[in-house]
Amino acid sequence: MRLVVERRTERSGPIAIVSPLLAVALTLITMAVLFALLGKSPITAFEVYFLDPLTDAYSLQEIAVKATPLVMIGVGLSLCYLANVWNIGAEGQFLMGAVAGSWLAVITNGMDVGPWVLPVMLVLGALGGLLWAMIPALCKVRFGASEILTSLMLVYVADLLMDYLVRGPWRDPHGLNFPTTADFDPVATVPTLIEGGRLHAGAILALIVVALATVLLGRTIKGFEIRVVGAAPKAARFAGFKADYLVLLVFAISGALAGLAGIIEVAGPIGHLQPGISPGYGFTAIIVAFLGRLNPVGILVAGLFLALTFIGGENAQIALKVPLDLTKVLQGILLFYVLACDSLILYRVRLAGTPRKTAHGTA
Amino acid sequence: MRKLLVCAAAAAVAAAALSFSASAAEKLKVGFIYLGPVGDFGWTYQHEIARQMVVKELGDKIETTYLENVNEGPDAERAIEQLARTSHQLIFTTSFGYMDPTVKVAKKYPKLDFEHATGFKRAPNLGTYSGRFYEGRYIQGIIAAKMSKTGVLGYIGSFPIPEVISGINATMLGAQSVNPNIKVKIIWVNTWFDPGKEADAAKALIDQGADIIMQHTDSPAAVQVAAQRGVYAFGQDSDMIKFGPKTQLTAVVDNWGPYYVRQVKAKLDGTWKPEDTWDGLKQKMVIMAPYTNMPDDVKTLATDTEAAIVAGTLHPFKCPVIDQDGKTVPCKGGTHLDDAQILSMNFYVKGIDEKFPGK
Amino acid sequence: MGLPEAIILSVIAASTPLLLAAAGELVAERAGVLNLGVEGMMIMGAACGFAAANLTGSTFVGALAGIAAGAALAAVFALLTLGLAVNQVATGLALTILGTGLSGLIGAGFVGERIVPAPPLDIPVLTALPVIGKVLFGQDAFVYASIGLCATIWWFLYRTRAGLTLRAIGDNPTSAHALGHPVLKVRSIAVLFGGACAGLGGAYLPLAYTPFFVTGMTAGRGWIALALVVFASWRPLRLVAGAYLFGAVSILQLHAQALGIGVPSQVMSALPYLATVIVLVLISRARGTAGSAAPASLGTVFVPDR
Repeated sequence: MRLVVERRTERSGPIAIVSPLLAVALTLITMAVLFALLGKSPITAFEVYFLDPLTDAYSLQEIAVKATPLVMIGVGLSLCYLANVWNIGAEGQFLMGAVAGSWLAVITNGMDVGPWVLPVMLVLGALGGLLWAMIPALCKVRFGASEILTSLMLVYVADLLMDYLVRGPWRDPHGLNFPTTADFDPVATVPTLIEGGRLHAGAILALIVVALATVLLGRTIKGFEIRVVGAAPKAARFAGFKADYLVLLVFAISGALAGLAGIIEVAGPIGHLQPGISPGYGFTAIIVAFLGRLNPVGILVAGLFLALTFIGGENAQIALKVPLDLTKVLQGILLFYVLACDSLILYRVRLAGTPRKTAHGTA
Repeated sequence: MRKLLVCAAAAAVAAAALSFSASAAEKLKVGFIYLGPVGDFGWTYQHEIARQMVVKELGDKIETTYLENVNEGPDAERAIEQLARTSHQLIFTTSFGYMDPTVKVAKKYPKLDFEHATGFKRAPNLGTYSGRFYEGRYIQGIIAAKMSKTGVLGYIGSFPIPEVISGINATMLGAQSVNPNIKVKIIWVNTWFDPGKEADAAKALIDQGADIIMQHTDSPAAVQVAAQRGVYAFGQDSDMIKFGPKTQLTAVVDNWGPYYVRQVKAKLDGTWKPEDTWDGLKQKMVIMAPYTNMPDDVKTLATDTEAAIVAGTLHPFKCPVIDQDGKTVPCKGGTHLDDAQILSMNFYVKGIDEKFPGK
Repeated sequence: MGLPEAIILSVIAASTPLLLAAAGELVAERAGVLNLGVEGMMIMGAACGFAAANLTGSTFVGALAGIAAGAALAAVFALLTLGLAVNQVATGLALTILGTGLSGLIGAGFVGERIVPAPPLDIPVLTALPVIGKVLFGQDAFVYASIGLCATIWWFLYRTRAGLTLRAIGDNPTSAHALGHPVLKVRSIAVLFGGACAGLGGAYLPLAYTPFFVTGMTAGRGWIALALVVFASWRPLRLVAGAYLFGAVSILQLHAQALGIGVPSQVMSALPYLATVIVLVLISRARGTAGSAAPASLGTVFVPDR
């Protein structure tokens, strides 16, 4: 008895629809078993994890707030991964974007500058992330150094650089020497969309990014080149697509998007620059990119979904008094189920009892 | 197949709605936001122990909830607000990075009360609290100077924030009162929490001649390394004697329990008000682990110093305090530096040769 | 003990967990599988290893438990990515989340406990030799295992038929399959081996390095291990050099701070990462040839055609 996987001849339409539901059903069963073992009601658990966050205006906003940076970074990363470029340093690009944009907010703090500040901050943020991403890109293109290592190591460097700035030169003069910049002026803050909630303009930017990426990948030559250079590098070379240029391009775009996400987070929900502005967005976005099958709309859905699991997990800690570690275990298992069910769209799985039968005559 | 699943989901929701009874007792709900995991055996662990004390003492009058590993960025505001939305009447946020999120949420929920640890922004429903850890550091400095043979102390710092700086300075001032020529070597590990790195730092300090190890990081790694090398050490946040039975001299212990109990009781009685509590040895917010592994005369000196601090006759930052550039720090508290100066301390005292971080 | 000897000993201790975990991952990646779950497997190894050692009083049992924990987690990964053709990157990241959570649950009851750490070797005359005595003959079993492991892996990959097969599978699984090699089976074994090593590397932390357990004590070492595999261009002997380079810079920067060097500590803390990047760039420049040194099929799904 073996597990045999076969590629389907074409994507299975019905499975594409059923797979998320199947994943949820499997998670339900697992949760039922787990929570029954803990002596808690599985039905309440399901409600707390998945339904409560969706039935409440505040939670829906928070899901969007959490998903915004994930989607933005995820879209950028998907371009890299489609081109077979392994950008693992989105977290560092996020931080450097936050630093670059915050610079303007810090030096104009307290002065009566106009509303031009915020757009310029966003541009600076994108630029900061872009430039930080250029380092691994150039190292790869010029020296052949693996971008996996360079981009990852630069995450730590970015974190320490930001740490130095907020503890030193950029410290709030009225902040009792605590490591944080002064709160950004209102003109330097990303506006919220709904009174009383945290949903902010960044969410709209994220949607625009998704739309633009869809157009880029689906309808432009560059998008086509990106996909071919990743899927069939020899064919791409043959067709004259310049691989080096494309590497720089995808790194630039993903760095810019990560940097933009960074400054939006800092100038939006947080309101000032301090250590610890990211709970690992750059890494979570990698999951989001793949969960979304490297497709912009898919990433939007995946980002929202993952955000839901985080918020559901928090709810569970409060309502069910389960430890954070348990919610992490559940999140991991849920991801496994989703990924596995997803793979059923492209591959068929069956149990083989006997040696293989030749379906196509001669081998 | 799909229909079946939809029906199942609907049934589940209905069942949940039916089984969802009206909210239970009139228990007071108290919430805690933790920066690290409760298993860090350090800062968060001590808060968690304190929470357990509250549960033990006030039992069925209250219900507590905690959220751990809450990142200080945008997640913090949501976490605090989630506690507020689920009717937690009193919420403790246990790290200074939660300051602005706590302020924002407190403003949104004027009927609920909040307490923020180690911060300085307050509101009609937001108080702050912290411990005068520097008092304990001063005593440790005295003990260290007495016990050191090489005259070099080793200090493992996490990040150069005022609280850590005032700790280093208090240690030095205490040490200098015994040995004016005492020296200190400082290593910044740039993390609150990485036992391996803390162990490496302890080894480096000992290898370079320090024979007393002190730390402002969370795990028992440094105490353990010191024990392995036969070098004295001080525990941090909690009593780490288990990890250095023959080498731990004492520890500065965060004793949040009695404070939490007091505040929750006040909330139950309706007498809670926002305060700026900065308590030390006198009010037992900070307590010293038993003085061990030292000769009697050192022990007596330590206990006498402790008593003097408690009585108010000795202040670790009594004037004149001279910084490393030789300038006398203005004395805003009369005979000693005032609270604001200590809270925002950003200079080294004379006698520390290392360059002040960030200057 | 002189300062150079002391520093070398610290460097060895700091580099060992990285080397153990990276060695296993190297084998997995050589077979074409990218397992980003190293951090999760390491922390599971730490939690289970410590729990077992605390309960039985034996660090050897603890090491075995660590190995088993890492391998078990890797088995889940193998089932998904090799059995069900699921995307490797996402699965590895999910594995890290799962492993971190699971280790917290398992280890929660053991926080604050103590064990007797793994004993270092003590050969009568040799260990007492000046300078090299302790360095060569006074280490604990994990250190010797890490070096031995890399040597064995080198020999296996480059001097055995099976190793050649594994490398071939990593470069071109389709051809290898056509030649009759059991691609999925070899990959599975490689992945399990990778998990076992990661578990052992994680177990080293609470069993020898800092003999206690606290949640999250691996503090990101799994990611460094992943980076080191890349740094080493997937070659075992270079991996030893890379791990020790990273460990050495990490330790030396601490010493420099203690000496009062006056450079901001954040710069010092950044040195190991910067050093790795710079050295890699220099090596890559020297190599000159176009194309990456990575196994050609790294990270891609392989499903055997009929």
